[in-house]
Amino acid sequence: MSRFRLRTGGRIDRDRPLRFTFDGREYQGYEGDTLASALLANGVHQVATSIKHGRPRGIMAAGVEEPNALVQIEKPFPEPMQTATTVRLADGLEATGLPGQGRLATDPDPARYDSMHAHCDVLVVGAGPAGLTAALTAARSGARVIVADADTEFGGGLLGTSERLDGAPADTWVRQAVAELDRYPEVRQLPGTTVFGHYENNYLVALEHRGEHAHTRQRVWRIRAREVVHATGSHERPLVFSGNDRPGILLAGAARTYLHRYGVVPGERVAVFTTDDSAYAAAVDLHDAGVEIAAVVDARGSVPPPWESLCTERGITLMPGSAVVTTSGRERIDQVRVAPWWQDEAAPGAEHTRIACDTLLVSGGWNPAVHLHSQARGGLCFSEDLGAFVPDGYPPSVRSAGSAAGEPTTDACLASGADAGARAAVACGLTAEPADLPRAGSVPVRSGRTVWMVPSPTDSTGDTQYVDLARDATVADVRRAIGAGMESVEHIKRYTTLSTAHDQGKTSGTLASGVITELLGRSTGEIGTTTFRAPYTPVAFAALAGRERGDLYDPVRVTSIHDWHVEQGAPFEDVGQWKRPWYYPRGDEDMEAAVLRECGAVRSGVGIQDVSTLGKIDVQGPDAAEFLDLVYTNKMSTLKVGRVRYGLMCHADGMVFDDGTVARVDEHRYLITTTSGGAAGVLQWLEDWLQTEWPHLRVHLTSVTEHWATIALAGPRSREVLSRVAPGMELDKDGFPFMSWKDGTVAGHGARVFRISFSGELAFEVSVPWWHGREVWEALVEAGEPLGITPYGTETMHVLRAEKGLPIVGQDTDGTVTPYDLGMGWAVSKKKDDFLGKRSFTRADTARTDRKQLVGLLPADPDLVLAEGAQVVEHPELPAPPVPMLGHVTSSYRSAVLERGFALALVEAGRDRIGDTVHATAGDRLVAATITDHVFYDKEGARRDG
Amino acid sequence: MAPRTPGADLPEHPEWLWSSPEPKASYDAVIVGGGGHGLATAYYLAVNHGMTDIAVLEKGWLAGGNMARNTTIIRSNYLWDESAGLYEHSLKLWEGLEDELDYPLLFSQRGVLNLAHSLQDVRDSVRRVNANRLNGIDAEWLDPAQVAEVCPIIDTSEDLRYPVMGATWQPRAGIAKHDHVAWGFARALDRMGVDIVQNCEVTGFERVGDRIVGVETTRGPIRAGKVAMAAAGHSSVLADTLGLRLPVQSHPLQALVSELLEPVHPTVVMSNAVHVYVSQAHKGELVLGAGIDAYNSYSQRGAFHTIERQMAAAVELFPMFARAHVLRTWGGVVDVTPDASAIVGLTPFEGLYVNCGWGTGGFKATPGVGWCFAHTIANDGPHPLNAPFSLERFTTGALVDEHGASGVAH
Amino acid sequence: MMLIPCPWCGPRDEIEFHYGGQAGVAYPQDPQAVSDQDWAEFLFFRDNPRGEFAERWLHAAGCRRWFGLRRDTVTNRVLDSDDTRTVTQ
Repeated sequence: MSRFRLRTGGRIDRDRPLRFTFDGREYQGYEGDTLASALLANGVHQVATSIKHGRPRGIMAAGVEEPNALVQIEKPFPEPMQTATTVRLADGLEATGLPGQGRLATDPDPARYDSMHAHCDVLVVGAGPAGLTAALTAARSGARVIVADADTEFGGGLLGTSERLDGAPADTWVRQAVAELDRYPEVRQLPGTTVFGHYENNYLVALEHRGEHAHTRQRVWRIRAREVVHATGSHERPLVFSGNDRPGILLAGAARTYLHRYGVVPGERVAVFTTDDSAYAAAVDLHDAGVEIAAVVDARGSVPPPWESLCTERGITLMPGSAVVTTSGRERIDQVRVAPWWQDEAAPGAEHTRIACDTLLVSGGWNPAVHLHSQARGGLCFSEDLGAFVPDGYPPSVRSAGSAAGEPTTDACLASGADAGARAAVACGLTAEPADLPRAGSVPVRSGRTVWMVPSPTDSTGDTQYVDLARDATVADVRRAIGAGMESVEHIKRYTTLSTAHDQGKTSGTLASGVITELLGRSTGEIGTTTFRAPYTPVAFAALAGRERGDLYDPVRVTSIHDWHVEQGAPFEDVGQWKRPWYYPRGDEDMEAAVLRECGAVRSGVGIQDVSTLGKIDVQGPDAAEFLDLVYTNKMSTLKVGRVRYGLMCHADGMVFDDGTVARVDEHRYLITTTSGGAAGVLQWLEDWLQTEWPHLRVHLTSVTEHWATIALAGPRSREVLSRVAPGMELDKDGFPFMSWKDGTVAGHGARVFRISFSGELAFEVSVPWWHGREVWEALVEAGEPLGITPYGTETMHVLRAEKGLPIVGQDTDGTVTPYDLGMGWAVSKKKDDFLGKRSFTRADTARTDRKQLVGLLPADPDLVLAEGAQVVEHPELPAPPVPMLGHVTSSYRSAVLERGFALALVEAGRDRIGDTVHATAGDRLVAATITDHVFYDKEGARRDG
Repeated sequence: MAPRTPGADLPEHPEWLWSSPEPKASYDAVIVGGGGHGLATAYYLAVNHGMTDIAVLEKGWLAGGNMARNTTIIRSNYLWDESAGLYEHSLKLWEGLEDELDYPLLFSQRGVLNLAHSLQDVRDSVRRVNANRLNGIDAEWLDPAQVAEVCPIIDTSEDLRYPVMGATWQPRAGIAKHDHVAWGFARALDRMGVDIVQNCEVTGFERVGDRIVGVETTRGPIRAGKVAMAAAGHSSVLADTLGLRLPVQSHPLQALVSELLEPVHPTVVMSNAVHVYVSQAHKGELVLGAGIDAYNSYSQRGAFHTIERQMAAAVELFPMFARAHVLRTWGGVVDVTPDASAIVGLTPFEGLYVNCGWGTGGFKATPGVGWCFAHTIANDGPHPLNAPFSLERFTTGALVDEHGASGVAH
Repeated sequence: MMLIPCPWCGPRDEIEFHYGGQAGVAYPQDPQAVSDQDWAEFLFFRDNPRGEFAERWLHAAGCRRWFGLRRDTVTNRVLDSDDTRTVTQ
């Protein structure tokens, strides 16, 4: 065992040695170690070099506040920018020190991350003395309690001290407390869980470290709590003096934690520099563990009496009224220089005492960990006694307890926790009994002398006086910022990068504010702090992504016929969350060949398409007709039962935003369809108008998209196919006219059949209950087999409708297009007093007759297919930019039936330009094209009846 | 291991930046809002129009609003001619700004990729590329293999829920260091004798009839020949004091940074569908923007689920970011208009000018809008480049609908 | 993640809701009779106060009902919810 690891003591398991590698060298530690404690046990202080100045830097703290000891984990899996003080030692761990910049793995992260929602009456953040009494008190009242602590075991500061409660070691009481909490079924304990954000209405987020080899490596807890107790503890503040950054300089409390928690001593000859009482305990404890204490230097004028006698008994040299003014040492501190510095003197005296040491413990007081309190919009004020910011004003249902609230002693922490827990329980309507608290017999604490920085006789600019070690930001940097005219703490922090590193200024934040205020010559009362922001400690992106990756990134919606399409080898197009078959290649066909074949089949024979994804809304109620008249541009109240009408919807601004068909089911009931991607938005929009503008209308809306599987049969032979599986249904053009619907039996199932067409061909849309979709589809395919029935996908559907000049909302429109622009004035009622969008058509810009209008484009070269998105310009030669643009190509395809390329385009005053030649961009060239009517095929509509 | 010193090669700031004078009783012009836009406007008023009897009034610390909170993306690849004109003018000014201000702005033209994830995204992207090129803006359409060449860390495989189907690429786009930009303008203004007055909140206007003659502030009244508003998310609150309604809504917009990482990300990537935009700043931190929170708020913070969603998108597109860590999140207040385009121009009040509604896109416009807004103020009429961005367009219907190009933004 | 009190379902997480902006903006009685300017006001202009705001929310992932809420836009604190204000007129 190394000379820095004690033979006994600490909470490590000496029977379970762990081998690890740091910077290429192998070491041994024990189960229960952190990487930092294991390194210190091996005598390793320097972990990294600093970010800007390249100076050696060592372990300074024992927890999340560590500013220096940054490591890159190499194994088990690369992870950048971890603090050695929070990395749990594991067998085979490999790490290297980092100069402030980490490295991402190039291999995919194999770990799994997930999240949990939890609700509770009282959330206690932190399981130190205050957190445990808060949790116990609340739990005893019957409250549903969650208590979370970042550490692997509960106890907080009690685990790192020699404190005794009721005469027994503190951890005995901790064990009892945990055991009691275990007995309450409504208490959830979350060790290893860092609460890192506190949001509105007591919504807190926490990260649970479940272990590198756990099924879920990390878990995000999303907790909604009625009451919150922040028992988040405090962070010790370092002191700014010349050479305060050398390895071997540790926070005094951290040294105590290494001793008691890990059985590790940081060095053999230790000096202490403090401005408050707590560092004396470190000196006494280390002395009792066999470490030589070189001296305790206290910037205050006298040593507090209880500590004076404890130190004197042990022969520890005390140097009140003094300060460390500088240090020396190459890779580690080897000497401090101490000068007298009485409280009323501006600077330490000129005479120095040199004290040799291999370790310097510093304590500048304690900063309550007010991060979450502040995130919750709790107020803060600067306490002159503590030299720190403390909670001042709580938001509703939030309170702090223990050292997070500025309590100085263990007894006070225990009491304040119990009080906060009781008040939280009462706020939940429960009755809290007065708690029976253990006694620590804490020594009273005398307030410290708030010292931000020790003036140096050798370094008047402050180049070696580090305010933020993580950023290598010095007093000299602050002086420069002030010299540049800066007066605001925010500016100076940005100028110097103070408190912006991985630790977000946990040790440096208050210190920086103090130094800045002092150098600006302002009073301490004027100290301001920057805003605390989530997360409290860094959280991996993957942990926040959780399970929402790959197919779970966004739900995948498929139709009941989906598997059939997969079996046919169809590629799919994403339409909103839906997967729609794009085309069905046969053999080695490419998309163009497949689409030409599919189009040909529909135009000359029969095709079949799965159109189940179309949004469907059931509109019911006595005022359904009136309602639809208001939301569609055309009149739906005149639609007869059994008939179907195409409908356009505009927003109130007059711009087209969805379209579909409207079928009148009976006097008070319609079935309307929407675009596949637009269904949810349309329903929401309809509900908005119905509920908030026209609540007098008696109408109910129900989404029935997934009630019906819908199959389109299109082509001159579609009637023949349908007749084979719907023998009882009258299908001829008089018995089942265009734009009507009827109920019947198709392939043995009840079906609603619509005679509507998106291709211009004779066509039927067969809707059956979703469950029977595939069965009916297969029956139709089988019935159509002798006729060469051809499944077709969205691409063919797009080509066919474009040949007919039918726009696709969202492709041929972009939110700036009116029905008139689309040439669909026929779908805008002139008879209705009002409908959504009507008023906007008469606005100056909307009423222009030279707006962009949907027209056809035929490239001069019939083999050419224009690019969708090509811009249309007037002249064949491009002038210098900016080039005036007439519009753009919205849809463009090769047509089987036209035997050429053709396109739809939105073109300025397009309808007045029919017959004109314009030019479209094609890479760096322009190609000529003729503007035509937007209907290319069967203008007279002769084909729809077959 | 060779010690790298990330950020150590960053330039030092100049010795002197700006002073903090007491406000005078009167100025030729007062600019309300000491963010990037306010500073740039004052700068071009002085440089282009010879006006130096100006005060820039900032309610808090200089450039402490959205200027300090944005993700610093600079690009000009907007769809519509109106936007392209203004943003491209701005980009051209960016290209000379470091020299002009004699200040290191860390302007880095590393290009921007706007990813397409659906067939309609592809159509819209190609349309925008074509429009950009005709407007003289550098733009290319890249297929997935070319996307991978530009930015190898993007997952361009078919495995994504929404695979990358290509991207638009603007090589001249990039990033700059926001603080440096503000400080560079402030330093130049200080040298030209323009007053930068911090901790001076404008609480109202002084008017004579329909003419604005000054402002009321927390540091007393200040008379002014002209008053220009550049108050971003707080524009409505200011305009309300005059009974002037603006078609803007203030929303939280969040962003975040990771810790410092070795360089992995050579460019700027934006995706509207798999909602993410990310760059790697000079010191090595990944800078990511989240989506706008849906509700109105002046709280300068947003909801955490927005951040979680953002991280899901980031890891989906960039698998290597899995173990990067969110170091800090923050929020700004963005003022959003119905057509996602700004409002820059005259108001119904004589001597009062408005610049607002930049939503998520204000930073990149900083010099361009400063130039045009200064022209508007000096000439009491808009510059041709900002004429389309008038308040009147909401009445005529001549909107500049950039939802497609700005989407989530930037 | 605000906790939004749905008047029908009780308090629920913000993600279940859809935001609807200012409450009480009525569709003009006779849109054809209003001026272009007034129509533009209806279409595009909404209050944007710093502080108390009466606004609309839709419980999209719940009861699908719109309702009114008063919220402080600085603190995001919900001041009350009132199902009687589910309509704008």
